Amino acid sequence: MRVSVTKRALIPLAAAAMATVLAGCGSQISDPASANSTASSGSSCVDTSGSSVKVGFINSLSGTMAISENTVFDSLSLAAEEINAAGGVMGKQLQVVSEDGASEPTKFAERAGKLIQQDCTAAVFGGWTSSSRKAMLPVFEANDALLFYPVQYEGLEASKNIFYTGATTNQQIIPALDYLAEQGTKSIFLVGSDYVFPRTANKIIQAYAKAHGMEVLGEEYAPLGSTEFSTIVNKVRDSKADAVFNTLNGDSNVAFFRQYKSVGLTAESMPVVSVSIAEEEVPGVGLENVEGQLTAWDYYQTLDTPANQKFVAAFKAKFGAERVTSDPMEAAYTSLYLWKAMVEKAGSFEVDKVQAAAGGVTFEAPEGTVTVDGENNHITKTPRIGKINSEGLIDTVWSSPKAVEPDPFLASYPWAKDLAK
Amino acid sequence: MELLIGQMFAGLSLGSVLLLAALGLSLTFGQMGVINMAHGEFMMAGAYTAFVVQRSISDAGVSLLVSIPVGFLVGGLLGLVLEAVLLRRMYHRPLDTLLVTFGVALILQQAARDIFGAPSVDVRAPAWLQGNIELLGAPIPLTRLFILLLSLVCLAGLVLILRATPLGRRIRAVVLNRDLAETSGISTRRTDQLTFFIGSGLAGVAGVAVTLIGSTGPYLGTNYIVDAFLVVVAGGVGQIKGAVIAAFALGVLQSVFEFSTTASIGKVLILVLIVVFLQLRPQGIFSLKTRSLA
Repeated sequence: MRVSVTKRALIPLAAAAMATVLAGCGSQISDPASANSTASSGSSCVDTSGSSVKVGFINSLSGTMAISENTVFDSLSLAAEEINAAGGVMGKQLQVVSEDGASEPTKFAERAGKLIQQDCTAAVFGGWTSSSRKAMLPVFEANDALLFYPVQYEGLEASKNIFYTGATTNQQIIPALDYLAEQGTKSIFLVGSDYVFPRTANKIIQAYAKAHGMEVLGEEYAPLGSTEFSTIVNKVRDSKADAVFNTLNGDSNVAFFRQYKSVGLTAESMPVVSVSIAEEEVPGVGLENVEGQLTAWDYYQTLDTPANQKFVAAFKAKFGAERVTSDPMEAAYTSLYLWKAMVEKAGSFEVDKVQAAAGGVTFEAPEGTVTVDGENNHITKTPRIGKINSEGLIDTVWSSPKAVEPDPFLASYPWAKDLAK
Repeated sequence: MELLIGQMFAGLSLGSVLLLAALGLSLTFGQMGVINMAHGEFMMAGAYTAFVVQRSISDAGVSLLVSIPVGFLVGGLLGLVLEAVLLRRMYHRPLDTLLVTFGVALILQQAARDIFGAPSVDVRAPAWLQGNIELLGAPIPLTRLFILLLSLVCLAGLVLILRATPLGRRIRAVVLNRDLAETSGISTRRTDQLTFFIGSGLAGVAGVAVTLIGSTGPYLGTNYIVDAFLVVVAGGVGQIKGAVIAAFALGVLQSVFEFSTTASIGKVLILVLIVVFLQLRPQGIFSLKTRSLA
C-alpha cells in the first residue's frame, strides 16, 4: 500500500532528483564525499562508550498508513528484543528511539533529522511509501546517516545511505510476468490505482510485454479510494485477457474483487496477480472474494524454513496467535539483523565503516538466505508467486530456483533500457 | 451488444447507488436547509450495523434483510441526536451547520476506528446475491440489481410519505412557509425531528447497501458524500424528482465517460459538466417555489 506524492512531497522530491543528477551516471550510488561536500560528515554524535547503543524506528503510527506501518513497527520491535536477548550488537544493548512519521512525507523528513542529530542513533529503520522515502533520502545523505527501508518499491533508485531490504521490480514484478508467461499467458490487462507506483510498474510491464510478445489489452487506473469498478470490470471482462495484473492500493481491492466476482470472473477463468495484497489484507478484502487468486512477493507466512518457523512462532507469542506475518514485516525484521551483521563485520558502528563492510553480508532470513549487494545497497531476494488458500494464508505455487540479484535500474534487461532514463 | 447492455446497467446501477446516498440528503438539505456533512458517516454507521448484525446472525441473507430496518433505525437515531443536540440551534444558518456537522463527521470516523479498528471489516454478501443473471449475454450482478431495487423501494416509500400521509403534508407545509405552518397549528419542532429521522435513516439504509459493493471501513462515508451533494444540487434543492433524474443522469454519464476515456478523466468530465450546468441553471433541474420570504 502506497500513497500518492502530495504537493508537500515535491520539494524533497526535487531535492532528491537534484542529488541524483549531481551524483552523475558513473556510479549508481551517489557519493556523499563529492555531492555533499558541504555537509558536515564525520561529526556523528553516536555514543558507543556505554553499554548500549541507540537505533531509530520511524513508522507511521498514526494517519492513513498506520494500518500497514504498525505491523512493520511490531516486527522491528521483535527483532530488537531478540537481538538484545542474545547479547546485543558487539556486546551493546539496543536502545530503541521510536518516531511517528504520521503518514506525511515532510514529517518523515523532519523526524528522521531528529533521530540522526538529536537522538544520535546509529541507524534508522522504517518508512513505507515511496514519497516518505524520497523525502527522507536527502536528510540521510546530508547527514551521512543510514536508513534501512523494508518495503517493495518501484526501483530506479540507489543511495549509499539507504539499504533497501524490500524487493525492487526485478525481484517482484518481472518474476510475476515470467511466471505468467511460463503458464502460457498471451495477453494481460493492467488495473491500478492512479498514483506513482502503479504507473511506474505498468511502464515496466508494458516494456516487458512488448519484448516478450505478450499483449497488453488494457491499462486502467481508478482514483485512490475508488469503490466504483463496474466499468473497469466490464472492460476487463470484454477484453478476454488471459490474466489481470493488479496494482490497486488498499480498500479499492475490496470493491474491485467483489465486482470482479459478481460478473462471473474467477481465479480459474481469469486469474488476477496482485502485488499489494498480503496476509494481513486478506480478511478486509473478504476471503471468499480472493480465494485462489495469485500474489507476487518474496515472503509468505507459510514458508517452510526453520528461520521462518522461528520468526512466526516468536511473532505470535509476542503479539497474539491471531496476528499474521507479511512480506514487509519480514523485510523489516531482516533489516535489523543485516545491520547487526554489517556492524560486527566492520567492527564499528561508524557509518562509513558499516557501508564499506556491507557488501556480501548475509543473513539466514525467514524468506531464505539474503545477501547485501554492495554496489546498490539492495539485497538478493527469492521471488515467489503465491495462491491465497482457504484459510486466508498464501501458499507458494512457484518459487525462483535461487535468490535473484537486485537490479534496481533494470540494467541487465535490454528491453528496459529506456525506462531508467 | 453484450458490452453495451453491461455498460447501460453499470450506469443505472451507479445511478441507484447515488440516489440511495442522496435521497436522505435531499430531505435534510433540501427540505430543511441543513448542510449535513455527517450524512456520509451516517451511511458508515449503517454499514457497520450490517457488520454487527452479521456477527450475531451468521446467515448472510437473513442478516442483510434484518440490517436494512436496523440500519434505518441506527441512522435515524443518530440523526435525531444530532438534530436535538446541535442542529436545532442553527436552522437558518446553513454555513454553521456545515462546520458543525463536519466536526461531527470527524468524531464519528474516529469513533468507528476506535470501536472496529482501522482496517476494513468484511460484510459477506448472501449466497443468493452472489453471481449474476445473464441479460442478452451480459452479466448483470445480482448485488447491483438488489441495490437498484432497494433504491426504488426507498424512493417509493419516501414519495408515499411525502404525498399521502399527514406527516408528509406537514413536512411540505413547513418547507413552503415555516411561520405560516407554525401559526396553523403544526408543530414545526416535531416535524423537523421526524424529517431528520427519516433523512438520516435513509443514509443508514444506503450504508447497508454499499457494504455489498465495497469495503466497510471508517472512511466509507467520505467516498459518497461529495457525489451525494452533487446529485442534490444538480437536481434542484428540495426536489425529490430532481434528485432521481440527476442521480441516474450522472450515473449513466459517468459510466459512458469512463468507458470511452478512463476513470479519472470520467470523473473530471462529470465535474466540468455539473459546473457548466449550474452556470446555466443555478437552481438545478427543478427549483422549489416557496412563499417564504427568507
